[in-house]
Amino acid sequence: MSGKSLFEKVWDEHIVVPETDDAPAVLYIDLHLIHEVTTPQAFALLKDQQLSVRRPDLTLATMDHSTPTVPVTTLKDLEVVAEAPAAAQIRAMIDNCEHFGIELYGFGSEYRGIVHVIGPELGATQPGKTIVCGDSHTSTHGAFGALAFGIGSTEAAHVLVTQCLLQRKPKIMAVTIDGALQTGVSAKDVILALIGQIGVEGGVGHVIEYLGNPLAGLNMEQRMTICNMTIEGGARAGMMAPDAITLEYLAGRPQAPAGADWDAAVERWRKLPSDPDARFDREVSLDASRLEPMITFGTNPGMVIPVTQPVPTDTGDPSFRKALDYMQVEAGKPILGKAIDIVFIGSCTNSRMTDLRQAAEMIKGHKVADSVRMLVVPGSQSIKAEAEAEGLDEIFISAGAEWRESGCSMCLGMNGDVVGRGQLAVSTSNRNFEGRQGVGARTVLASPATAVASAISGTIADPRELNRH
Amino acid sequence: MEKIIRIESKTLVLPLDDVDTDQIIPARFLTTTTRDGIGNALFADWRYDANGEPNADFVLNGPDVAGCEVLVAGRNFGCGSSREHAPWALVDFGIRAVVSTAIADIFRNNSLKNGLVPVIVDADTHQYLLDNPGITVIVDVKQRTLSLPDGRTATFPIDGFSRHCIMNGIDQLGFLRQQEAAIADFETNRPWTP
Ligand code: SF4
Repeated sequence: MSGKSLFEKVWDEHIVVPETDDAPAVLYIDLHLIHEVTTPQAFALLKDQQLSVRRPDLTLATMDHSTPTVPVTTLKDLEVVAEAPAAAQIRAMIDNCEHFGIELYGFGSEYRGIVHVIGPELGATQPGKTIVCGDSHTSTHGAFGALAFGIGSTEAAHVLVTQCLLQRKPKIMAVTIDGALQTGVSAKDVILALIGQIGVEGGVGHVIEYLGNPLAGLNMEQRMTICNMTIEGGARAGMMAPDAITLEYLAGRPQAPAGADWDAAVERWRKLPSDPDARFDREVSLDASRLEPMITFGTNPGMVIPVTQPVPTDTGDPSFRKALDYMQVEAGKPILGKAIDIVFIGSCTNSRMTDLRQAAEMIKGHKVADSVRMLVVPGSQSIKAEAEAEGLDEIFISAGAEWRESGCSMCLGMNGDVVGRGQLAVSTSNRNFEGRQGVGARTVLASPATAVASAISGTIADPRELNRH
Repeated sequence: MEKIIRIESKTLVLPLDDVDTDQIIPARFLTTTTRDGIGNALFADWRYDANGEPNADFVLNGPDVAGCEVLVAGRNFGCGSSREHAPWALVDFGIRAVVSTAIADIFRNNSLKNGLVPVIVDADTHQYLLDNPGITVIVDVKQRTLSLPDGRTATFPIDGFSRHCIMNGIDQLGFLRQQEAAIADFETNRPWTP
């Protein structure tokens, strides 16, 4: 018998009822993250059927998607700054949490923020846990060795009522990332390159486990960036085995175990990494040492090229043509140097301290080009406070960027922060789908370094050039 | 949830790959707290122009749309976000089955819980469907088959449990709640607590 993979260990530990030919497995969920957009219909179902939330203590609630990124101190402010449906949705979240006895990290909470940012920050995200949320980027939490994936609203209701989900066991793909990153190349470029390699449907039906040497060199925030965008490669979850860096990140966090509980947890977590003879359904490798900064040119994250390279030649494929038309880019021509309108630094992919520090360091002493609007949105109120304590807000503001309250913001344009029709945005978020950042918005995905270099030059730029001047 | 055993319908064909949930229903329609009228927002940015007028060349605005229950799409339909609003919008519009060679995982899961049958077929059948829009097909959930007018049939995968739920209009929450004893047992006996 072969050994077990990280995924199998976590999966097996959470089986309440094993799967059979006739029925999927009943899988226990250790942490259910909820936010205002995908829960109203789930709570409505509970109310209709007069059901209660089984484990409010395992449910972590915040507001991020349709929440304004301008300050809201009272609910009256909300009516002023948010459009009526968004305000109603946020009020519904507050009411539902109160009604069902769930603690909400809402307005006024120092911990409010993007759901995938605050779970780890609070120490609620831990190795070996099963974590779900009505949001596909729940894959982020896999960076800690948790099995974490997105669900729909009906499944959210299932978890609220039973703390369990009906699941079929997925396949497992091992992705080995080897080699050290060159200067100017970041975790974002690694995941963009991987999606380019396997394609946006490459991971369908699979959970990805990341293996390889540079993992040890990436901090938790960089690992989260990689697991975050794993969903864009079609896989529901990405996982990385916990190690010393994971432990160091978690120690002392508000919801992390402490004292003897910590020691017991560490003992358990040490057994999680895949056994040397673990079997995978598919194996892929990526040589990270050869990577350049990456940039998307089309309307899905798999349409990606090194920033210095031209857009691929036209294959005649209708989806490819439609994407190029929409983006107003030409096949076979570079997009480096193309004029841009907006730079967005934020989202659950790249809004943490590592990202903000790097962006601030690069922009210091420069100005955002006159033709560009730059928005910097920290991932959580805690990050906002930490960044302000380091004076990063001052650096962004004096360079001409806007500095906001935390939230999803321009990542999906639900809260009023949108890219205008036809405008071209360089964004550190995760989806360049048509209209994702606003009706008719055109999005280029890139790392924070590429975004900053582009903001300064007013065109799509290579961050390595900025360093050279 | 409506029971679905067999669907006989003309096809609507959207021959694009990687149609994501942001296209199926754009984020600005997600501030709703209900599902009412959500079909109006289906494919909103492709269906309507900047002035809110229907785009004549978009398939959903064609003359033969009424009564079509089967949508044929390119590879990897439903990729992107986990928003269940996507299957809700399709079902509200009247679609009962989506056919492709690959359907994204979360969308597929959400569809199965809302009476939308994900039909994954082989590349040849798929190409035939793409090349011949508007033909009448039969999706037979019981037999797990899709039949073409020329008599050919293709089988599609659907696990026994989901099939049973779709055919009987069963809400899976009821099934999960029957596992209460096992869940309580698991909570008491697990070696560690979250
Ligand atoms: S930041 Fe963007 S991707 Fe992340 S949870 Fe918010 S909307 Fe989703």
